[in-house]
Amino acid sequence: MDGAGRGDVLTNEQRIRNFNINFGPQHPAAHGVLRLVLELDGEVVERCDPHIGLLHRGTEKLMESRTYLQNLPYFDRLDYVAPMNQEHAWCLAIERLTGIAPPPRASIIRVLYCEIGRILSHLLNVTTQAMDVGALTPPLWGFEEREKLMVFYERACGARLHAAYFRPGGVHQDLPPALIDDIEAWAHAFPNVLDDIDTLLTENRIFKQRNVDIAIVTEEDALAWGFSGVMVRGSGLAWDLRRAQPYEGYEGYDFKVAVGKNGDCYDRYLVRMAEMRESVKIIRQAIDRLRVTKGDILARGKLTPPPRAEMKTSMEALIHHFKLYTEGFRVPAGEVYAAVEAPKGEFGVYLVADGTNRPWRAKLRAPGFLHLQAMDHLAKGHLLADVAAIIGSLDIVFGEIDR
Amino acid sequence: MTDPSPARLADLAAHIEARRPDDLRGTRIAAGELTLEVVPGNLVAFVEFLRIDRTCRFATLVDITAVDHPDRMPRFDVVYHLLSMHANQRIRLKVAVREDDLVPSITSVHPSANWFEREVFDMFGILFSGHPDLRRILTDYGFRGHPLRKDFPTTGYVEVRYDEAVKRVVYEPVKLVQDYRAFDFLSPWEGARHILPGDDKAGAR
Repeated sequence: MDGAGRGDVLTNEQRIRNFNINFGPQHPAAHGVLRLVLELDGEVVERCDPHIGLLHRGTEKLMESRTYLQNLPYFDRLDYVAPMNQEHAWCLAIERLTGIAPPPRASIIRVLYCEIGRILSHLLNVTTQAMDVGALTPPLWGFEEREKLMVFYERACGARLHAAYFRPGGVHQDLPPALIDDIEAWAHAFPNVLDDIDTLLTENRIFKQRNVDIAIVTEEDALAWGFSGVMVRGSGLAWDLRRAQPYEGYEGYDFKVAVGKNGDCYDRYLVRMAEMRESVKIIRQAIDRLRVTKGDILARGKLTPPPRAEMKTSMEALIHHFKLYTEGFRVPAGEVYAAVEAPKGEFGVYLVADGTNRPWRAKLRAPGFLHLQAMDHLAKGHLLADVAAIIGSLDIVFGEIDR
Repeated sequence: MTDPSPARLADLAAHIEARRPDDLRGTRIAAGELTLEVVPGNLVAFVEFLRIDRTCRFATLVDITAVDHPDRMPRFDVVYHLLSMHANQRIRLKVAVREDDLVPSITSVHPSANWFEREVFDMFGILFSGHPDLRRILTDYGFRGHPLRKDFPTTGYVEVRYDEAVKRVVYEPVKLVQDYRAFDFLSPWEGARHILPGDDKAGAR
């Protein structure tokens, strides 16, 4: 603001101008490397210009010079709090172009791990958003559960985060029975933890004061700004790709689509909490099915490696294995858009194949990109302190926005 | 995903063709998806029609991207994906543009197109007319070139490092200690162009 002495000479009024500040890229509530250029009138946000791209790694460019299988691990590095959900979209795109279907057991494992990913992501978001508005206990409790889930990731694929577990045609390896038992035990205990987090936050006076009626998204807004996932469901649109455009056998699972009413930050929190409970229901159903559905976990063929035992005796299998992991497989020319209901919204892959072993073009459609784009629209007229709450409830992760 | 029946898509295509014949260059249904090729000049009106029309109601813009075909005459395809939550359908629009063409911006119809068009401009150098704020979005401040064009090297042209002497980050031309590893697996037997010594079948070629 202008200093004293620069006011109007006649009326002695101070001339006031708006204040521009940088929010981030090192601000802890910026959830990564977000730089917001905020124009403030006092404490009220007048304009908000997000600068993104500080985590841009050129994933789409890199993908054009690698084989389809080599590209798979890049998807773990997009939304790194729910890696397998991203891999799922890539596998679905390839499977739809090549016309192969994963065996039933692989489908169930995929559903199981997608729902684990959803809980991983929602736990992180709900609890860190609470931290952004001042609560410290929820992240500590939530991260304990995340840790257990990441151990389940590790026991399935060997990595806590960068899984590379879903493969075109199935999943990499079968789950051991002990792991399935442990996931079931966890799924029975987890609702109690959710209840605990519930008691910490849902009726918490400060949490409600900071979130209720903040950044209200109307139905029209949700459509105009291309929102998806919790951002539309919080506003009362019951839109869930698992229900509307089912993939991977989701139509056979019994779950409810949680819908909010007011479209504010608080409703989005409630929707996420409800979705975690629904995910636990799906996990239990998937475990019941895994117990009865035995069989292979890869659709054997040109896209997938031969079984290890076969390679010990068959020369052809050995050659196939070698060719698959050096040259890779070829995908017939064509284009496809495959989308999944990732925890943050619709994550899609637009794949243009030219018939070789590498994609000609792969466009990753990240839900957070659109959500963050509406930041100016959502934050306008709110206080500076609300910006942190809004960013938290948008659920943005820069791995997927910057790609 | 595989569910939307081809018959429904064909009905939709027929409906759009009947209502807006001048805007379309062609329709195609492949892999359970409807693709419309749109005349660039009529794009904004066409997208507006898709949003408002009672049977279409494609109110959600899912994605805008481009595909580079260096060998083709209109070099780029700008690709739009739209979603109708009401009819539970998806649609893809394609606009073929030359390098120096201006594509009309659809931000007036879908405000969410703003960042997508900035990204396409950033990555491919395609200009959009009527865009409120066509800046680069993902690349560095002051970046030169358009990375997703096929003639842009994957390694880029410059690299950055922190220079202890001048106490700031400096830009330098890329120096690779080994070539960027790009194997050509598609023609493994065409390695040697010259006739190999002792190759008695060389005369047959």
